[in-house]
Amino acid sequence: MRQLEYPLDINYILRKKKSIKNNLLLNSSLIEKNIAILGGSTTAEIKNILELFLLKRGIKPKFYESEYNKYYEDALFEGDELDKFNPDIIYIHITNKNIIKYPDLKDSEEKIDTLLFNELERYKSIWSALSKFDCAIIQNNFDYTNSRSLGNLDCYDIHGRTYFIKKLNDHFSVNARKIKNLYINDINYLSAYIGLTRWFDQKLWHQAKYAVSMESIPELTFNISKIVTSIFGSSKKCLVLDLDNTCWGGVIGDDGLDGIQIGTETAITESYTTFQKYVKELKNRGITLAVCSKNDFKNAQEGFSHPESILKLDDFTSFKANWSPKSQNILDISQSLNIDVDSFVFIDDNPAERDLVLSQLSSVSVPDVGSDIVEFISHIDRSGFFEPISLDIDDTHRNQYYKDNQKRSSDIAKFQSYDEFLISLDMTAEIKSFSTVYLDRITQLTNKTNQFNLTTKRYTTGEINAINLSEKYIKIYGKLIDKYGTNGLIAVSIGRVENKSCHLDLFLISCRVLKREMEFAMLDILVRKCKEKNVTNIIGYYYKSAKNKMVSDLYEKLGFTLLVQNTEDSIWKLDITNYENKNKFIGVMND
Amino acid sequence: MTRQEVFNEVQNIFRDIFDQNDMVIENSTNSDAIDDWDSLNHINLVSAIEKEFAIRFALGEIMELNDVGSMIDLMLKKLNNL
Repeated sequence: MRQLEYPLDINYILRKKKSIKNNLLLNSSLIEKNIAILGGSTTAEIKNILELFLLKRGIKPKFYESEYNKYYEDALFEGDELDKFNPDIIYIHITNKNIIKYPDLKDSEEKIDTLLFNELERYKSIWSALSKFDCAIIQNNFDYTNSRSLGNLDCYDIHGRTYFIKKLNDHFSVNARKIKNLYINDINYLSAYIGLTRWFDQKLWHQAKYAVSMESIPELTFNISKIVTSIFGSSKKCLVLDLDNTCWGGVIGDDGLDGIQIGTETAITESYTTFQKYVKELKNRGITLAVCSKNDFKNAQEGFSHPESILKLDDFTSFKANWSPKSQNILDISQSLNIDVDSFVFIDDNPAERDLVLSQLSSVSVPDVGSDIVEFISHIDRSGFFEPISLDIDDTHRNQYYKDNQKRSSDIAKFQSYDEFLISLDMTAEIKSFSTVYLDRITQLTNKTNQFNLTTKRYTTGEINAINLSEKYIKIYGKLIDKYGTNGLIAVSIGRVENKSCHLDLFLISCRVLKREMEFAMLDILVRKCKEKNVTNIIGYYYKSAKNKMVSDLYEKLGFTLLVQNTEDSIWKLDITNYENKNKFIGVMND
Repeated sequence: MTRQEVFNEVQNIFRDIFDQNDMVIENSTNSDAIDDWDSLNHINLVSAIEKEFAIRFALGEIMELNDVGSMIDLMLKKLNNL
């Protein structure tokens, strides 16, 4: 469905939305989410088109739509219906048309500050009223108006509307930094990108009270879908690059180090430098870089020793240059980094290579970048592959994890036995009950962990918060540290206590730390906490998904006995009265 | 463009917007005849026609487009003026 990728085929989307939707609904592995749209103008078509972009990203939305221009009333007073709907995400679609009072020309500076304050207070009260849902709030900021009677003065005189809107947007940004779960949908940027004359359609406004033009709706909803994807932890993690005519101009094998085009001398060399700089920015904020090139290994590496090269060999966490098929190399990269290929973006100037990779690995994102280096950045940037919702430490340090991990793998070879290797890792884990600082990370893990995940149950922030506060649950997280560094928070289990049993609703471990016997350490602590609550047995559930085959026999390995086998799903039981600790290699700190 | 050519393309647009591949419209077809033809879909129809034929309807004109025939009459006027 290329029409829903950058560059969007806007006319096709608007005309064929119904048949596109039916096509996308054929996908069987969709996750259902409740999305509430609170609109300050007509949102019918916004809902319809947003649905397409969410379906494309594997989310099947159920919608709640406020009555026309009832976003404020719905948030503050309506309650009942929205309460019942229990949204996972609330989208507040407002535009400059919702600004209640602009400054008058005779207003004093104090008066204007009051207007600003009043305008802002309305949104603050909305955000605070909605905080009871503990869900993500995606909030538009304001677009500029199409006409400005003060002309250029409008942007710097305190009575100007442009000036007023700019101030409001600044305040929105400050609040979004402070308020948990508040995310800005930057329509101020988007409308500038599209162009205000295309963004707003005066006729459509009068006719149907759409505050954005029909042709902007696909761009608007595409943008929202990027934020949603990021909130659910499904943004891409790894950028895989071809070399010749992608990282530099020319062919290093033929042209040699002196012959490749990178630097600032000509328009061509400069365009490759610009691309490398953009890639470097991604790397600096935590995106993992890898090379996948048909080249002689030595030649390929030499390219990054070019004095003008912005990217250095050291920037790449994985480097594959050989003559094997690229799809095979990408699989190898995926394995060595322990990142699933569906988190990969592959950039290659050669359409044949792109098609080959896509045909072999359909879950890799392979944008149709063409062959002109000047277009590459837009494809990566506008697609929103790497959209972050925050710059959390975990992300910026991620590259270090993966590098450490590769060192770990290379060390395995040196030991006589795997046990010996595990001992040498000098592992310590912190396994404790949930604490509030980790709830975001825990929610994120529940939404993106696929392989070592027994039930693949997805939780919203609200649900995790509720579990954290409930005495009914034994909820523990695990962090793992080894001699190479910290792996961060990588394990979660949630047990629901009923009578003498603890039902394991969730048990997951991030694929970063598989085969480290972390599952043993987690079970030991779980059992301990069960005993504190006078629980005598643990009930484990295995629900088969497309990706969790690796743990189908986990409960058996952990000493559970089979209770029920239902085709591919199964239920297991562990009597813990005579349980003996299983973990041998990890030193555990607990609470 | 002949009236028939315009008519055929308008029919295609109707088929897409209402997602019925075999929909057949006539000059007299109006919003009473098609269940989904509400005010919001009317906007979608007009937008799609404007895009496809690269014409613009004025605000006042849109209000008067009550059936397919009057829609096509107005379109032909605009298309022939170009």
